[in-house]
Amino acid sequence: MSNNMIQVNQLHKYFGDLHVLKGIDFTVEEKEVVVLIGASGSGKSTLLRCLNFLEMKNDGDIFIQGKEVNPKKDNLNEFRQKVGMVFQHFNLFPHKTVLQNVIEAPTQVKRVPKAQAKKEGKELLEKVGLGSKADDYPSKLSGGQKQRVAIARALAMKPEIMLFDEPTSALDPELVGEVLQTMKDLAQEGMTMVVVTHEMGFAREVADRVVYMHDGKIVETGAPKDIFENPQEERTQAFLSSIL
Amino acid sequence: MYLNFISFWANFWDALVSSKGLFIEASQVTLALTAVSIVIAIFIGLFFALMKLSNIKPLEWIANAYIYIVRGTPLIVQIFVFYYGLTEVWMISGFWSVSLGLAFHNGAYIAEIFRGSIQSIGKGQMEAGRSLGMSHSLTMRRIILPQAFRRALPPLGNQFIIGLKDSSLAAFIGVSEIFAVATTQGANTFDYMTWLLVSAVYYLILVFILTMVVGLIEKKMAAGDE
Repeated sequence: MSNNMIQVNQLHKYFGDLHVLKGIDFTVEEKEVVVLIGASGSGKSTLLRCLNFLEMKNDGDIFIQGKEVNPKKDNLNEFRQKVGMVFQHFNLFPHKTVLQNVIEAPTQVKRVPKAQAKKEGKELLEKVGLGSKADDYPSKLSGGQKQRVAIARALAMKPEIMLFDEPTSALDPELVGEVLQTMKDLAQEGMTMVVVTHEMGFAREVADRVVYMHDGKIVETGAPKDIFENPQEERTQAFLSSIL
Repeated sequence: MYLNFISFWANFWDALVSSKGLFIEASQVTLALTAVSIVIAIFIGLFFALMKLSNIKPLEWIANAYIYIVRGTPLIVQIFVFYYGLTEVWMISGFWSVSLGLAFHNGAYIAEIFRGSIQSIGKGQMEAGRSLGMSHSLTMRRIILPQAFRRALPPLGNQFIIGLKDSSLAAFIGVSEIFAVATTQGANTFDYMTWLLVSAVYYLILVFILTMVVGLIEKKMAAGDE
């Protein structure tokens, strides 16, 4: 239990009458990289968004670092500081420069002194290869650069878990590599990561575990080698043969 | 006919030049009415826009009722109600009752402008803020409202111009702004047309200045635009 970063028991989620998550059991260990795959509409993004309560579960339990999170009682703002999130469409703040994007939450939420936040922010931007863009506005950046800024912005809160919601799906093909590389570096540093993606190459190379979802349920889970080379379930086989 | 035309404009020019002091003073009153009412209206507008977007039904109803009443009744009625209503219970000058009346009126239109511009900011911005641990109100204040205000500026500028011109209704309760001075001069000289045109010149100048100011603010806030 001690090194369970995330544990989800019998999670259910409805959008109106639509039952999108049908009893999900799911765990992520510390330093583990878990990749969620599946067709669109299978519920993988919804599951990810439930993990930091951008979507509220209808039923089931969510434990973060062994502690149950109750969205009605617990301070979600405090809890979300530990869980970074990267979105498909970047969602950078367009009225702020790259560096201002990165230091916004540390200075406003954690009350980190501005000078220190700037120093740390610049280091993070160096790390994602965008040190020279600190004073540019997001509108000046390419999609891949925007996504790397979004990663730096999430890291600035020093999260213990990073969630990636199709981080390369909105990118031109030639820009996908730079974002995946940044994510690989992060994985190598031991960051706990949950990644929703259609990049099977990334899943194969970086994931510790691959989870295949279909129709709101987890169909199969296992090491990438097993899932990709020897899927046990018929649905997984069908999905993989349709995309590979 | 031709001579008439010449003499009319010569007369107009004389009136314009000779009344300069009078109308500059009146312009200051018009500007003060406009500035006071617009500043208050911005706060009223923001307040009711947030009420309308609060997802709390009673607050939405109150905001809708306010907007409906303001949009559904003539401004001159509102100004007179404010004037007679307020002076009944409170020693308040004509200037202040018109300012508050105009603020009450423009606040409803500005509320709708703000509501639209806030709703036009994609929900990804709120989600990004929340995912970083920022509270709803902090994200609203630091992320959503600055962007929404930027988008609201063109229609706000429009509303400011309407507010400036509507301040002429203050003449009907004896505030010596531009239109009041023009009609007084007209009555004294039996030459309404000349003085109404003089007042029009001052309104055009004031609207020109206001347009410039809004344009400057727009330019200043354009940082980061695509």
